Amino acid sequence: MATAVAEQPNPLTEGLERLPVHPTSLVIFGATGDLSHRKLVPALYNLAHDGSLPERFNLIGVSRSEKAHEDYRADMREAIQKFSRTPPDPDVLEKLLENAKYIPGLFDDDAAYAKVASALDEYDQEAGIVFNRIFYLSTAPEFFPVIVEKLGTARLQHCEHAETRVVIEKPFGRDLASARELNRRVLEVFDESQVFRIDHYLGKETVQNIMAFRFANTMFEPIWNRNTIDHVQITAAEDIGIGTRAGYYDQAGALRDLIQNHMLELLANVGMEPPAGFPADKVRDEKVKVIESIQPPRVEDVPKTAVRGQYASGVVGGEPVPGYLEEKGVREDSKTETYAALRLEVSNWRWAGVPFYLRTGKRLARKVTEIAIQLKPVPYLAFQAQGSLGVQPNELVLMVQPDEGVTVSLSAKIPGARMRIRPVNMEFHYGTSFLSASPEAYERLILDAMRGDATLFTRNDEVDALWRVVDPVLQYWQETDDPVPQYPAGSQGPEEANALLRDAAQWRPL
Amino acid sequence: MPEDVWSEQDTTPSAVEEAFRRLLFERHAADAAYAPARVLNLVVVVDREWRGEIANRLERVGRYHASRTILCTVEPGRTTMDARVSMEYADDPAPGAPAVMHEGAELRIGPQHLRALDTVVDPILVQGLITMVWSPHGHDEAVDSLLRLSHVVLLDSVEELDVRAALGRVEQLAQRVYIVDLAWLRSTPWRERVCATFDPPQWRGELRRISGVTVRHRPESLSSAALFCGWLASRLGWRADALTYVRDHHEGRLRARHGAVAVRLEPNEQQHVPGLAGVTIETASGMSISLDRGPGGLSARRVDPKGREWRWTVLGASRGETGILGEGVRQALLRDPTYRPALDAAAAMVA
Repeated sequence: MATAVAEQPNPLTEGLERLPVHPTSLVIFGATGDLSHRKLVPALYNLAHDGSLPERFNLIGVSRSEKAHEDYRADMREAIQKFSRTPPDPDVLEKLLENAKYIPGLFDDDAAYAKVASALDEYDQEAGIVFNRIFYLSTAPEFFPVIVEKLGTARLQHCEHAETRVVIEKPFGRDLASARELNRRVLEVFDESQVFRIDHYLGKETVQNIMAFRFANTMFEPIWNRNTIDHVQITAAEDIGIGTRAGYYDQAGALRDLIQNHMLELLANVGMEPPAGFPADKVRDEKVKVIESIQPPRVEDVPKTAVRGQYASGVVGGEPVPGYLEEKGVREDSKTETYAALRLEVSNWRWAGVPFYLRTGKRLARKVTEIAIQLKPVPYLAFQAQGSLGVQPNELVLMVQPDEGVTVSLSAKIPGARMRIRPVNMEFHYGTSFLSASPEAYERLILDAMRGDATLFTRNDEVDALWRVVDPVLQYWQETDDPVPQYPAGSQGPEEANALLRDAAQWRPL
Repeated sequence: MPEDVWSEQDTTPSAVEEAFRRLLFERHAADAAYAPARVLNLVVVVDREWRGEIANRLERVGRYHASRTILCTVEPGRTTMDARVSMEYADDPAPGAPAVMHEGAELRIGPQHLRALDTVVDPILVQGLITMVWSPHGHDEAVDSLLRLSHVVLLDSVEELDVRAALGRVEQLAQRVYIVDLAWLRSTPWRERVCATFDPPQWRGELRRISGVTVRHRPESLSSAALFCGWLASRLGWRADALTYVRDHHEGRLRARHGAVAVRLEPNEQQHVPGLAGVTIETASGMSISLDRGPGGLSARRVDPKGREWRWTVLGASRGETGILGEGVRQALLRDPTYRPALDAAAAMVA
């Protein structure tokens, strides 16, 4: 077997779009689960189809159910055929799965890890090289620390002449204390540089585009501060209910499900300072600085800065739909919030005094994820006497989904003899301006983990900072006897959310 | 896909441009969700009799469709210009989402239009976008005329029977405009895989010990093979000298700092699609790597200095010729700094 030598640059990489990825063996814990079927294995297929996987790649599935290698391969084949964004090429599919192995075992059973170690060694021996190793934890969160510790016990956290990494799915903890405890247990076994905490939202092209939009254009920086910006609204609204996720959702709620991770990450992208470069830690340093600048509310102040709600029955898309408490699998007396809105402030020179309003909810009027930057009004409106009631402050909207793009609202003269003004939109849609389709977030993130690029993964101090913002809110909502405000399904959310807004601010209509 | 159409015989570029504006306005007025794609102008010059084949290839590029495609069909004996303008759009746009429209114009022109084709095309281009020119049936005078409007020329250096002349012409064009060569794009997966093979630190040093390169190619795709070798030569600092044609193949020795590299470009009669059939790279330490087309990707074979052998498949689906053309259109938006040095080395090897 070849041994490592001092690294020298590879002169062949220049000009190539797909940079080489070291041969890798990927071990998925929770291999028979929904995420693996719907997202991970189809993402692996698409990477293989596009020629983006490492030149040598091995897949090992680990799960509790008894299954033969052949049966696992058949299941994965079916999952790929059903969920892949690219129609599978039979030859590529066959080759991707032909050496895939399945190891049945309980996650706390040392024997399972011995089998994993042996399977990994076999791949290395057969190929005559040492593969990098990635352990992907796609299980229920209570197994994360167990698996990590067992990997340590089996001495699988390091491998001579190759990199070993662990990818941990969200949720990373249920609150600040549990997240810290999980971090502690993970970092007892792995070094932080080996840990890739995944939040698939960060792999979305439009989220990454926020940075490109801010830092690759000169025109926005001069206005991107407290002098010009009145407030920022970040919305992640869904028109659907909880579907079949009652088991998870009733334990989590809207604050944990979306605000603690996705929406605070969006806030960090909007609020961060330009990084000195784009290595992972430079970007993450800036994000952490912003999140740490958010003053978490004191527990007793939570009613003034956070509002929750729960959807009641209503009408969506012309169809009557049940309320949250009538959904299958939800406790009759559940106080879990399906709507959450927060007013946050970032205490630094750029943002002091600028409220950041965050809201998310199920069964709202429309599905939309967007960041609206509301600018201050002009200081004096010379046209007021000529019927300029329609003049509104400029607004910059970064649309994340479903329609990816940027809209700027401007004031323009209505054609005619009089100087009458009304707002008009200047729109940019990604779909009209690029030839390439965006890859699935999981494809990007899996490949980044194989490359060892942690830019789009959450660092331990970032996790800590994110939980610190929402922890007092969670604590208050858990302890209070106040009833959870209800809102009709298909509406804009609970009326109580309007009380969060300062001055003349209004929620953008959904 | 439905389309709005305007056509006129014996027309002018101004009328065509106005037709574009009017169709766009009407479609947008009918439904504000419709927005024109604004990525790329593509000007294609083709012989009238082969128009259908090229139009079909362009139809199949899928999402890599240019925003505005201007197809100039050249008809012997024609002295006037007829035009057909079309605006394609999605039938049922999703509520609230933008629906992208693609614009196309077919200009039926005569040979006498070619020398000043820029004056015909200029008013019809969308300003501010990248303009790419593709002339698959020759018509060099049309390409020369359009150069002042073009940012990119798309071509396929395997289409010329005389490789020396083909690469010479590409070198000449490359002085003035960015070139996207389909022959180069066909070699991309091979370049990526060779790069990946030598990427692990323990193998990287072998790049400086390469002693032999054999490239197997479709007989008509000598330029792809030469470009691949040119890439290796330019990236690894080998001096590219002329190869010799011996019986049925080209061979020669290129000078590297560590010694000579034996190069062999070998036609493979079994290969039916354009491009490469296989690559073998040998090093002075006795290592050898081969990549050949196979089911599900490239069949790889590595032999180490002790004679031990490993075989595996490097996964990847074939893009097919349609995929290559789509990739060519997409490449108009990118810049590959390694093509020119590879082209120069390839031209020197087949000189």
